[in-house]
Amino acid sequence: MTTILEVDRLMKSFGGVKAVDGISFHVDPGEALGIIGPNGAGKTTVFNLITRFYTPDSGDIRFMGKSVTHLPPYRLARLGIGRTFQNLRLFKELTVLENITSAYLSGHRYSPFAGIFRTGRHSSVENNAQVKAWVLIEFLGLAGREHTKAGSLPYGEQRRLELARALAIEPQLLLIDEPGAGMNPREIQDLVTTLREAKKRFSLTIVMIEHQMGLVMNISDRILVMDFGEKIMEGTPAEVKKDRRVIEAYLGEEGPA
Amino acid sequence: MRFFLESKKLMLLALGIYVILRLSFSFDIVSEYIEQITIYVFIVILAATGLNVIYGYTGQFSLGHAAFYGIGAYTSAYLAKTSGLENFLFFPAMILAGGLMAALVAYIIGIPILRLRDDFLGIATLGFGILVRVFLDNSDRISETLGGSRGFTGIARLTNLEIAFFVTVFLLLVTRNFISSRYGLFWRCIKEDETASASIGIDTARMKLMAFVYGCFLAGVAGALYAHLYTFLHPSNFDFLRSIDFLIIVILGGMGNIAGTIYAGLLWVGFIEGLRIVLPANIVDLRWVFIPLLLIVLMMWRPYGLMTKKKG
Ligand SMILES: Nc1ncnc2c1ncn2[C@@H]1O[C@H](COP(=O)(O)OP(=O)(O)OP(=O)(O)O)[C@@H](O)[C@H]1O
Ligand SMILES: [Mg+2]
Repeated sequence: MTTILEVDRLMKSFGGVKAVDGISFHVDPGEALGIIGPNGAGKTTVFNLITRFYTPDSGDIRFMGKSVTHLPPYRLARLGIGRTFQNLRLFKELTVLENITSAYLSGHRYSPFAGIFRTGRHSSVENNAQVKAWVLIEFLGLAGREHTKAGSLPYGEQRRLELARALAIEPQLLLIDEPGAGMNPREIQDLVTTLREAKKRFSLTIVMIEHQMGLVMNISDRILVMDFGEKIMEGTPAEVKKDRRVIEAYLGEEGPA
Repeated sequence: MRFFLESKKLMLLALGIYVILRLSFSFDIVSEYIEQITIYVFIVILAATGLNVIYGYTGQFSLGHAAFYGIGAYTSAYLAKTSGLENFLFFPAMILAGGLMAALVAYIIGIPILRLRDDFLGIATLGFGILVRVFLDNSDRISETLGGSRGFTGIARLTNLEIAFFVTVFLLLVTRNFISSRYGLFWRCIKEDETASASIGIDTARMKLMAFVYGCFLAGVAGALYAHLYTFLHPSNFDFLRSIDFLIIVILGGMGNIAGTIYAGLLWVGFIEGLRIVLPANIVDLRWVFIPLLLIVLMMWRPYGLMTKKKG
């Protein structure tokens, strides 16, 4: 198996807007792919199509060699595709710990009977959930916050919690949508370190949408540039930074970092 | 066994309450009327807890909860009467049958309607409640025993303090454990954000159906106890207004709060029955003016229920 994810001529329109216009790309195992492009280029829509929150008009998505285009979102998550959302979607009224254990427990079962009558299976799965959650809480620097409601965390910690929750499903492929949004340069630096380490430690393949050049150029092995729902170029960070079309379409506005 | 050991404190508390009630019943400290109301409180708490699972924990707005309560009541009364097993020995089986029938119907209608959200789900469950009401009004065409709009009469009085108390306490403990298991956690996730729930691998459709079926099962069991307490059933006991009663109890007690539902159920029944005693006979129907007024005041004063001061 050479690729973990293959996106093949994917199309999606909303009314008259072609949000994603026949894009194709692939991701290799262990790789980090960055997706950049101006606002409204269709980046988030690509994620929503891969995770099946939107139904593609046409095209195919293959995960580890198998077509998964017809599967519902929860099945994709169980198969090993984790994601975060551009506009945080935490379970705000639940604690930090509960946000993480819920994700772990969705893939580690015990029956309702075991849950009600507290069988041995129940306690061993629940214990594992706590252990796993603790690993992630410490890894993402949320220790001391475990019983805080997610909604009352400061913004930066909410972003980290969402990452922890996505990691708790034990994904092989992680799709992250603008993890650096609203972060200051220091926090971005920490995030770079965290993502690098997460990638190694949990043997992840990462696809990251990001506007912050310092972050995306640092993490990614390869960059895909989108505009008007299409791929306008693909290459190493160094190649992308030099490309005239990219500078015009995108980098020109913000300047390379 | 761990189930009982882990709940030791609560079991002791329950036992204490039981002994007090049993003594006051046995030594005629309270009137028979009060005895009946006391048992009724347990029934109301049980049914309202079912709605709490569906709405308070999972966020599925149901305006048809009383229909499932009615299905449980009619099923167990009918089964007991026609099978000739209308006695204490078979009563637990009849209660179970009432709960299972409510659960089965919930399963069948839940598959299509639980896809709907919020107000749409409210309207669909409201419609289902009306459908059940019409069905019960015309039930004598299926079997004379059911009584149609005249009501179902001559049911044996099998519900006593013991059975109502222990069935309710047992099912409340079951519910508490269910809520604190992965299933309850998923229900709360779904209430917060269905999209995010799916993104972490929760089969939202299945979990919503499970909460709905379980909550309706509790209503069905409560209905069966009700039928054999009052020995008479009328379709109007299970209409829209009764669904609203359950909803009020859940909201009063605080959404997703089992202890709150217990207090609110007690308060609600106490308040309605108390007014019946306090108010002179010619204005007793003014209760139905006081209660909505009280509700309006309450919603302005404590919108998240009596138990919770504010949303955390
Ligand atoms: N659910 C939707 N309904 C209608 N139009 C949509 C929907 N989702 C996205 N679009 C449209 O599709 C286009 C692409 O949007 P998308 O969110 O994918 O862009 P993006 O590249 O992620 O932009 P940004 O950098 O601002 O996040 C936009 O024109 C957007 O308005
Ligand atoms: Mg976006």
